[in-house]
Amino acid sequence: MATLYEGYTLCRFEKSPQNKTFNSGIHGIELEGDTDHVVVTDSARSVTLYKVSDQKPLGSWAVKQGQILSCPAVYNTGTKEYVTVSDSKVIRIWKAEDLLLDKAFKATLSSNVWRVHCIPGGGEAAVLFAQGAVRLLDTLLTAPQQPIEEVLGQQETIRWSASVAAETQHVVIFSTEQKGSHFLYVQSLKSNSRQKFHLEPEDGGLAPLSFSACYRKHGIISLLYLYPNGRVYQSAVSVHRPPAVEEAGLVVPLPRTQLLCLTVGANLLKAASALFLDEDHIAVVGAPHPTAPGTGTNFLCIWNTNFQTLQAVKEMSGQLYGQLWCYAGRLFIPNGCSLTVIPYECPKSSLASALGKLKNAGAEDTTVPACVPSWNSIFDGETPPPPAPKKRSRSTPSASEVQKEVEAPLSPAIPAREQQQPSLGQLSCSLVSRSVADPTFYDPDTLAAMVRTRCLCHSMCPELLPLALEMRDYPLAQLCLQSFQDVPESVTCCCLKTFLSAPDDHVETTSRKPGGLSSNVGIPASQERDTKLNGFNPAGEPGDHDHPEETPSRPVHTCPVGPRKAALLDEILQTAHTDAYLLPHLKDLSPQQVMLFLQYMQFLYVKLSTQECIEQKDTSRAPTLTQVMDWVCLLLDAHFTVLVMTPEARGLLVNLHHFVKSQVKLFSELGKLEGSLQEIHNMREEKQIGQYSIQVIQLF
Amino acid sequence: MGEFKVHRVRFFDYMPSGIRAMAFNGATERLAVGRADGTVEIFNLADNFFQEKVIPGQDGRTVESLCWASGRLFSTGLSGELVEYDLENLRSKYTVEVYGGPVWTVSSNRQGTHLAVGCEDGTVKIFELLEDSVQFEKNLDRLKNRILSLSWHPSGAQIAAGTLDMIRVFDVNSGRATQRMVVDRAVGTSKKKEVVVWAVVFLSDNTIISGDSAGKVQVWDGQMGTLIRTHLVTKWDVLALSLSQDESSLLAGTSEGNVVQFKFMPTNMDRPDDKEWVRTMTLKSHTHDVRALVHTDTVAVSGGVDTQLVVRPFMDKVIRGRREYHGKITFPHRSLVSCAKKAGILLFQFPERLELWRLGESKGDGRPGETLTVKRKPEALVHLKRKGDDHICCSALSPCGGWLAYASVSSVRLFQLQHADDSIAITKVKLPKVLRWANQLCFSADSSRLFASFSQSSVLVFDLGSSEAKYVHTLVPKSVSRQAVHLMSASDDGKWLATANSDCEVHVYNLSKLEYHCTVPVYNSCPSAMAIHPTGSNLVMVHADHQIFEYSLEQKEYTEWSRTLQREGLHSSWLNRATPVTHVSFSGRNPDHMILHDVNMFCIIDKSLEQTRIKHSHAFKICELFKNLLCVGLLEDHSLVAVERPLLDITTRLPAPVRQKKFAT
Repeated sequence: MATLYEGYTLCRFEKSPQNKTFNSGIHGIELEGDTDHVVVTDSARSVTLYKVSDQKPLGSWAVKQGQILSCPAVYNTGTKEYVTVSDSKVIRIWKAEDLLLDKAFKATLSSNVWRVHCIPGGGEAAVLFAQGAVRLLDTLLTAPQQPIEEVLGQQETIRWSASVAAETQHVVIFSTEQKGSHFLYVQSLKSNSRQKFHLEPEDGGLAPLSFSACYRKHGIISLLYLYPNGRVYQSAVSVHRPPAVEEAGLVVPLPRTQLLCLTVGANLLKAASALFLDEDHIAVVGAPHPTAPGTGTNFLCIWNTNFQTLQAVKEMSGQLYGQLWCYAGRLFIPNGCSLTVIPYECPKSSLASALGKLKNAGAEDTTVPACVPSWNSIFDGETPPPPAPKKRSRSTPSASEVQKEVEAPLSPAIPAREQQQPSLGQLSCSLVSRSVADPTFYDPDTLAAMVRTRCLCHSMCPELLPLALEMRDYPLAQLCLQSFQDVPESVTCCCLKTFLSAPDDHVETTSRKPGGLSSNVGIPASQERDTKLNGFNPAGEPGDHDHPEETPSRPVHTCPVGPRKAALLDEILQTAHTDAYLLPHLKDLSPQQVMLFLQYMQFLYVKLSTQECIEQKDTSRAPTLTQVMDWVCLLLDAHFTVLVMTPEARGLLVNLHHFVKSQVKLFSELGKLEGSLQEIHNMREEKQIGQYSIQVIQLF
Repeated sequence: MGEFKVHRVRFFDYMPSGIRAMAFNGATERLAVGRADGTVEIFNLADNFFQEKVIPGQDGRTVESLCWASGRLFSTGLSGELVEYDLENLRSKYTVEVYGGPVWTVSSNRQGTHLAVGCEDGTVKIFELLEDSVQFEKNLDRLKNRILSLSWHPSGAQIAAGTLDMIRVFDVNSGRATQRMVVDRAVGTSKKKEVVVWAVVFLSDNTIISGDSAGKVQVWDGQMGTLIRTHLVTKWDVLALSLSQDESSLLAGTSEGNVVQFKFMPTNMDRPDDKEWVRTMTLKSHTHDVRALVHTDTVAVSGGVDTQLVVRPFMDKVIRGRREYHGKITFPHRSLVSCAKKAGILLFQFPERLELWRLGESKGDGRPGETLTVKRKPEALVHLKRKGDDHICCSALSPCGGWLAYASVSSVRLFQLQHADDSIAITKVKLPKVLRWANQLCFSADSSRLFASFSQSSVLVFDLGSSEAKYVHTLVPKSVSRQAVHLMSASDDGKWLATANSDCEVHVYNLSKLEYHCTVPVYNSCPSAMAIHPTGSNLVMVHADHQIFEYSLEQKEYTEWSRTLQREGLHSSWLNRATPVTHVSFSGRNPDHMILHDVNMFCIIDKSLEQTRIKHSHAFKICELFKNLLCVGLLEDHSLVAVERPLLDITTRLPAPVRQKKFAT
């Protein structure tokens, strides 16, 4: 659950006099150097450097009276200089030790500048002209009066711009408006290529209130824009220009997906802003409270876009201007006459946290069960100790050496095994990846020992189980299925397929000792007597058969698979799964496999329904009747048509049908019995009535 | 109205007496039941087994055997007398000393002209029936041992007599014994004990069937004196036999409480004339000895030491559409409890005494289903022992609780009760000599008068004064019936008095004019309960077949409600109830509410619901919370009194049954 902490005021400002309603006195806020310093440009004529954690200004620069700063100052971390533009044309560059802005460097340009953008973390500053052209600051300063081309058309004005560092590229994005149409330009600085997109018009010709861009993976920039009707859209823009668009300056429509729809009530939003916090969370300011729309728009909200859940709300005092910046875990909001800093926290999203079910989001270590380490602690984990074998693997030690190395952390004498989980995970990951690359490196014992620590889980080392299957290491696969709680359905199904298609003799020779039900699987068929339980014959009453001759000789009591294979299948039956996800994967099984599995499950079902197995309940690794039932149903669901069309399956299905039918009959009889026995409870105990009593009765 | 405070009374220590003998008169469909205390009850089998008449017993007189002879009822007992009963006035008509010691059995010939009695001294004596008496005719050959059973041949020429170890057949005319059939003793240890022939039946084909103490039912050829067949029925005694009218079926009652049926049927289908007695079925309906059996055409009636009269229909004889009575009769069909509704005092009637109890009080009120704490326990006020040998036949308590009267066949006694704070004083009040006995007693609602029904359905009226009761008038009905009154009810307003007799006549008298008012049209079922509505001058009668009538006394016609009820008919589940309604009373709060009760339930009938179809028993609010009800009375504070007599309490006081080996005991 995201949290908004108590905010504090960074500075106060005077409202800009010209537009009282929607303009705050803050022109822009940019990060300076490290994460604790920001450069605040106010709409008057000053630039102030603040140390955020101390809430105090470190330096301030102002232009002369009569001049205005037309662009928020940026800090170029590469040159450690501040850059701003005054009066739209004069670039000013100064350093922290310069006391007076007037004495610092200035250069007058030939065209109006819209913004200066600087990439946080180094790189060059880029100048975006009001007519849409982009120049690097360095190249511009070599010839300040160079002519600037006009990119934008007539009456096309820039509404918003941002710069994004995408891998090795530096991209400037800006949106424009021309006669009610909105366009988006993506200008790559390196290749000097430009893409133009047309934003889908919103109903009623509304103009976007705010934009926010951030870089995702693989050259995709995610764009977030908010409309006054409360809709928040997301679009993905590729940094790499598609080849088809290369030649002509085609305007491509920009596909969008709606992320959120804020409730705005009757009025449209006037001053609001939405901002990416991370991949899953956005911050929205200036929108009404989602559950109480009538209470004004002075709210700051954090939404989880994955689950569409509201994560945190804070009501702000004073007027909001629809301005919002976010740097290094702090939100900067001008409200009223002050700039408020609100620290926030957005933990990695999980369904539990999105729903607020995770009690203590800050302390996962204590809440997560010991056997399965938390995602956060594994991947976002502070700094896992660098795994030793990884280094060694570069020098390619032999398998036995690795084994020795690995044994050390596995020895049970080492306490606080939970703390080792990340390292164990990385260790196993590297072992597995190396085994994949070099099959001779594969060491089942070491891997099994690691699995047995119960510190591993499938998501920690997703390649382990497929590797075990590939290597036909059934014991390891069995072990994994036993100890991993999070095996995906597709992998489960993969295991099932492999187990079913594995030749029996191979499984029998290589597998570990059977456990659970498989021990009674081995009873030879000759010993099986024709059990009649409660007068019930599992093969069905002869009279029930429509075509008795079609049913094959009753194979119900003989196990169709060997004991070890049965043990493997038992493990499959006991894995955690979701029916809906399992079903599509189950369809991949071949009819032969389905038949075999069904036969085995029928065997299990009959077994479990009879007395013998009730006695065996103590074996913990035996599948329960419900699990078997679930799987039978699933399998029938997935393959019913195929089974009906398969002649060999007919006998099996008929048998199954008869068995289930007789069971249903038995249970309905038992139900009746229960009902009549229930009457005993209902029977009122004959109250001891003495020789005389006075009672009150109600007749009607 | 739906909420009642109920005094649940279980301290009425009523103990019915065991059944000793039964006799069935097929012509009138009357069943006479003799009990161990000498009481004889007459049940009308045609009228839902309604207990029509009760002839009270007498100390020192037992009924060992009963027999009907041309509509007259005779009994013999261990007192050595032959008694004929007066069925109109419900008393013994006369007694004849037999001079043969205790008389074990009496039997009449089919022609109804002679009686044979079997005596302790081994003689069989023949009596001739005269118009108003019996006359000794002769002794048959004397045997060595007591005669325990007798059976006439249908022709009337021969008598079979069962005694110890043997059966003798006598020729009635000559008085000589013609056959001697020795009955085998039981095997084993009881070999030395002589076998008692408890019952014998003489069939028209000269077959004799006997039941004996060795547990055998034996079929003999009466002409040749040879044994045809032996059926070992029980390890204990076969105590009673009863033959069907067509001599094709026989019942045998045993000490275990079983009734075994035999049928005379061909054993070989090819020869339908070659018939044998075959044991067919066993009815297990008693816990103790079955002492008496009656085989009617459709039902088996059995009675014994466990005091219940059990009626079981033969399933093969049941005719579709006709409902056969089926059940157990444990309690008398008339009230043994009187309830003084103003004073909250109960009067319990026992054959030899009366008990007067004051009901307890509860602390506060409660919600339905609750049992209230008893603030004051019920209190036994008076134990009144009767004078003389004759059992009390009826008793009455005035509504104010100030007067008490009881009657036997020889006397009527009236007492005044004076309640002080905690004590009670009882003083006897002299009654005029004109009242020698009474069938029913009843006080007027204001306790100023006593009504006593006398012979021929007449009613004597007395004014109650502090020192004596003054004879006022005799109300005589305009009817031909001479039957005794079994129900009597006075109206709350003191204006009406209604009587019902066993000829199903209901007479109404106007008390203000002291004259006969009218007779309700006679219905073919005996009224089992009736009461006059406190305000409406309507008489409500419930009959033994569960029909309900309401008769307006002013208009002398059935009321509209009653007509509607008859038109629409009662619900079959109401009509099929086994026990007759024994009491009707009215709610003081709602004049439309009637309270009825029988042994198993009490119910409130809401007459205002008549518009809804009564068939759906909407108007019948039946409460089966209480079982074995002897009385449900409504007190003046609208609380109910339910007097229960749990069967378990009766069973525990019975003698131990014969020991039977049961599994794991």
